[in-house]
Amino acid sequence: MRIFPIESTGHSNAAACGDESGEVPKLDLPLVRREFLKGSGVLVGTLATGSVLALLAPSPVWAVELKTLSKNEGQTLMAMGRVLFPHKKLPDAVYALLAKDLDAKASGDAAAATQLRAGIAALNQVAGGSFATAAPARKLEVVKAMEGQPFFNTVRGQCVTSLYDNDMTFAVLGYPGSSFDKGGYITRGFQDLKWLPAPSREASPQSWAA
Amino acid sequence: MAKIDFSDDSAVVIIGSGAGGGTLANELCQKGIKVIVLEAGALQSSATFINDEWKSFGQIAWLDPRTTSGTWRVAKDFAGLPAWVCKTVGGTTTHWAGASLRLQAHEFKVRTTYGEIKGANLMNWPITLDELTPYYAKAEDKMGVTRTNGIPGLPGNNNFKVMHAGAMKLGYKEVHTGNMAINSFPRDGRAPCLQLGFCFQGCKSGAKWSTLYTELPKAEATGNMELRPESHVSRIEHDDKGKVTGVVYFDKAGKEQRQKARVVCVAGNSIETPRLLLLSASNMFKDGLANSSGQVGRNYMRHMTGSVYAMFKNPVHMYRGTTMAGIIRDEAVHDTKRGFAGGYELETLALGVPFMAAFLNPGGWGADFTEYMDNYTHLAGMWLVGEDMPRETNRVTLNASVKDKWGNAAPNVHYDDHDNDIAMREHAFRQGQRVYEAAGAIKSFRTPPYPSTHNLGTCRMGASAKDSVCNGFGQTHDISNLFISDGSQFTSGGAENPTLTIVTLAIRQADYIAKQMTARAI
Repeated sequence: MRIFPIESTGHSNAAACGDESGEVPKLDLPLVRREFLKGSGVLVGTLATGSVLALLAPSPVWAVELKTLSKNEGQTLMAMGRVLFPHKKLPDAVYALLAKDLDAKASGDAAAATQLRAGIAALNQVAGGSFATAAPARKLEVVKAMEGQPFFNTVRGQCVTSLYDNDMTFAVLGYPGSSFDKGGYITRGFQDLKWLPAPSREASPQSWAA
Repeated sequence: MAKIDFSDDSAVVIIGSGAGGGTLANELCQKGIKVIVLEAGALQSSATFINDEWKSFGQIAWLDPRTTSGTWRVAKDFAGLPAWVCKTVGGTTTHWAGASLRLQAHEFKVRTTYGEIKGANLMNWPITLDELTPYYAKAEDKMGVTRTNGIPGLPGNNNFKVMHAGAMKLGYKEVHTGNMAINSFPRDGRAPCLQLGFCFQGCKSGAKWSTLYTELPKAEATGNMELRPESHVSRIEHDDKGKVTGVVYFDKAGKEQRQKARVVCVAGNSIETPRLLLLSASNMFKDGLANSSGQVGRNYMRHMTGSVYAMFKNPVHMYRGTTMAGIIRDEAVHDTKRGFAGGYELETLALGVPFMAAFLNPGGWGADFTEYMDNYTHLAGMWLVGEDMPRETNRVTLNASVKDKWGNAAPNVHYDDHDNDIAMREHAFRQGQRVYEAAGAIKSFRTPPYPSTHNLGTCRMGASAKDSVCNGFGQTHDISNLFISDGSQFTSGGAENPTLTIVTLAIRQADYIAKQMTARAI
């Protein structure tokens, strides 16, 4: 099976950005073989055929390798991420980034691992066995009851960067990211809005490029 | 570049290379005065700036440990990040949006104009708008401010079109693409704006004025300046006559260095500047340098701020183009019928998806939150910025329990909103939402304040040494060869984005320092 491992672009890798072109490196999507993925758990999924992401990705199948958490724990975190930030259009692959980043936190910090495992266990317990497979309304109740607790804050806080700082989310939400490498918007629609009256020339003078 | 010896005590040492420090350096160098600029951050360039919000934040933001206290919302949402300012050559002029507005005449006379306001430490500035006017003109020319000096305004982007349409319906009169220190046409050897939409991340086209590629290279070209990046000043030293003699700093290798100086000018932004004076306490100056008034670190102002994001049926694509080239100025007046003193501006603002997620509603989650994110391309955004009240209890202090990597106490920033700030924010939120409703918004959201970029007032200027830190030239009352050269000098905040006034004060201060040096007074 041809699948690609999902990598978060990360925040600190400023050095990788191109000086000349201004290009910011995109999500690297190499194809790997399933048997090369190891670790404590592997999350696998598929992108919906015909979706904007399926067109970008080399394969409709994706995989995330966990180093500390189990596959089940990873899936529970993904489910919690979807309750916290319920985007119908975002694929599971984005929520898998949340599991991956939290797994990285757990791998580097025993206290974080303990907190995450306890939180996941609590989610399952309150949901009556399996949080990930509980009914949507029940999931929301369970998460709401945990609001403000350290585990909740950890997961919610991680969502802000894990879910919203990656190319898949950019593509789904229609945000193009870097612009300098494409010449900015001076000739690419910075003032193409037509559904409101145009401002006067005095309020909004003509562009140098006009 | 000049090379100035550590033991040379004839130069002016400037701490910080942003709007205040960078401008002062160039102005002094043009007059033939030797200058050493010590900048805590590293050297970047338009080429190395990054069109990516988090990567850029990691590259240029000031991320040294800081703590917060008080009832302001920032202390809850961003406890370790009270301010969004920069640690890089060029300081926060790399990050600023370019809005360049003069303060209004009455904003220099707030105590007289507003009267006594309980819980506010209002004081008139020791200078007037008339005195500053010729210097404002010089600053606008230097920075290439649109709608001054015959420079055309910037073309409005989609986000401005929405603001403009709503403002017209509400009957607002002064609505345009702003007075921006961003080239609408090529000027001063710099390119025109490419409408990149990444003003906050360092301008990759160089159209936006920053000391990084204007004042500092011009200063360097005189042969009078030595710029030392990655030099973190930890202490200002003085002699037994109470004059400052030099500074101690950590260089990029982490090695402690001691630089002699004839004059020291502090321009580290309004958190680091008072922190450095407090860290420099000695047997002679037990409460910190220039602090006989007890006002160092007090009267911290950060502007009344907030944002409104509105959702529309049709696309806006607010992220395209100049971030802040759009303004409504009608509410900047002082009109107490609105229920508060002072005024505010409404300015366009946009964030990319990563920062929208972080700032739209910190701590927020659920379907209400994701609906805004799902409609990202259909959002318009504006920033509200107005005068906040100076309060003695809003202050920067040293937090002995948190140390930076050099072992010095981190600054704590304490802030409580004044009732006047709260009333103004409520009015501004309401008007901002009305603007978008008038333009056809489906719904709109009141976004709470971001970490402060307009940090002001912690070494205020005043007529008397009893209740202020420096005089009208930024010269400290207590130590004649120690100057405050950034927004810390502000006696009050005004409604306007402060950079133009910081640059204006720096130009004027350079004239004063040169005269005082010639007269051998310092």
